[in-house]
Amino acid sequence: MMPDDPVLVRAKALTKRFGDYVAVDGVDFQVRRGEVFGFLGPNGAGKTTTMRMIACVSPFSDGELSVLGRDPRTQGGEIRARLGVVPQEDNLDTELTVFDNLLIYGRYFGMPVAEVRRRAEELLAFARLEDRKDSRVDPLSGGMKRRLIIARSLINDPEMVLLDEPTTGLDPQARHMLWERLYRLKREGVTLVLTTHYMDEAEQLCDRLVIMDGGQIVAEGSPRELIERYATREVVELRFPTPEDQEAAVPRLAAMGERVEPVADRVLVYTADGDGTAARVHADGVHPDSVLVRRSSLEDVFLHLTGRTLDE
Amino acid sequence: MSDITGGLSRNLPATRYTEREVRIWRHFWHTAALTGVLVPLLFLGAIGLGLGGLVEQNQGKVAGFDYLVFVAPGILAATALQAAAGDSLWPVMAGTKWTKAYHAAAATPLSPANVYRGYLTWIGARMMLNATLFMVVATVLGAVPSFWGVLAIPAAALGGLAFAAPLCAYSASQDSDLSFPVIMRVAVMPMFLFSGTFFPVDQLPSGLQVVARFTPLYHAVELCRGCTTGTLGLSAAAVHIGFLGACVAVGSWFGVRTFAAKLAP
Repeated sequence: MMPDDPVLVRAKALTKRFGDYVAVDGVDFQVRRGEVFGFLGPNGAGKTTTMRMIACVSPFSDGELSVLGRDPRTQGGEIRARLGVVPQEDNLDTELTVFDNLLIYGRYFGMPVAEVRRRAEELLAFARLEDRKDSRVDPLSGGMKRRLIIARSLINDPEMVLLDEPTTGLDPQARHMLWERLYRLKREGVTLVLTTHYMDEAEQLCDRLVIMDGGQIVAEGSPRELIERYATREVVELRFPTPEDQEAAVPRLAAMGERVEPVADRVLVYTADGDGTAARVHADGVHPDSVLVRRSSLEDVFLHLTGRTLDE
Repeated sequence: MSDITGGLSRNLPATRYTEREVRIWRHFWHTAALTGVLVPLLFLGAIGLGLGGLVEQNQGKVAGFDYLVFVAPGILAATALQAAAGDSLWPVMAGTKWTKAYHAAAATPLSPANVYRGYLTWIGARMMLNATLFMVVATVLGAVPSFWGVLAIPAAALGGLAFAAPLCAYSASQDSDLSFPVIMRVAVMPMFLFSGTFFPVDQLPSGLQVVARFTPLYHAVELCRGCTTGTLGLSAAAVHIGFLGACVAVGSWFGVRTFAAKLAP
């Protein structure tokens, strides 16, 4: 790779099969230096498998992949030496202390003990875990464990950090603290690649993202671009007392927005002017239980592209 | 010291994984050392001296040796096998599945093969340590007549590895530990008892003798006994070392593959 090559990951028709099952089905994408790049999609979309191929812990079946200008098939070790990895499941070493978790991880990279110690102290401060340095890992809260895993992924000063569902299972406060730490990394110029099935996480963190479904990429762009391309500016969410009421209302609502999407428990009316549409709903004698006007989000983009909500 | 570890970790990345095991072990080395002394003491006391006394009253010698001298290398090799089995089953399942410590290591420049070899290195190192403690105790009790006995220490470790290399490979291929107790009862226990450990294999019915001679423990016991008694011939040494070495080589061939299949599917 040229030292100033702005593309850190290049995937072309990248495919992964497990026996007959196609987990990733010919995806094309590029990750550029310094950006936060996201894979958004529901569980089973192929996000984790794609991440594992980038992380060089899962050989790809077909297509092309280069990571940091190198070939994962023959230079996996060299690539992994320059990556940070935050796996979906906590795999901290429960037999070691917080500090020793960082220490031994640095040693896996072949770093000298003195250097790892210095770096581990810095990272404990970064993860706000200084006072838990000598604690064992088990008693840490979920948020602390995630922060420790992120700190661990930075031990080798990586050029790119891969985060697989970094905040799944955390309470809102712990998530915000984690996001704030990730912003800081972004400001420092670290390239971040993350998977998530939380649209708010993708919207908050990602400069650019791809939406995955069924092993394929169905859209690509910045959160703003995707919303502009696939959704209207605003959405009116209507909830009805019974499914029959909802069914009866849908044809009448069709005229009130650019598009109407009935989902399991509500009807979404896409429109440029949410308040105006809400007023017309009332004026036309449609009587929902509740009306909510909000900005369009990536959730709406996903719904439009796949006909399903992200958590289905 | 740091020069040595630095050089090792540069040239043999597997030792970086071994270091993890050493760092964990440092927290409980006293208990480990205590067991290392206590277990051979119990065995040598009960079987070597207790049962051995009875044997000597009735028959005199076993295979030409005092019973204590005969049985000590058997116990050495058999306890090494037992420790190797213990280290190769549940701890491997923990690494691949329960704590996923192996997955964490395989996300770094270390490869699955490095993790496998690094872990085997650790098993070997611990067996050397335990065998050393055993030999000190056995020597004090008068169970080691020859200076060549010192070579029984690496011999016992090699015997343990001959079992650990294939067994770790097997454990990494499993998705659950259901078969592990069966292995302990059906493979480890019979081998422990019938591989020339406590009595010469000639005592077995001839069909079983053949089976016994094809277990790694038989060769480990013979090798250790040849060392502690100073009666090992070169050709016998070559056969035993060759057999045990082949077990390690074949086991490693599989281990590199099962670890890769599990950690980098």
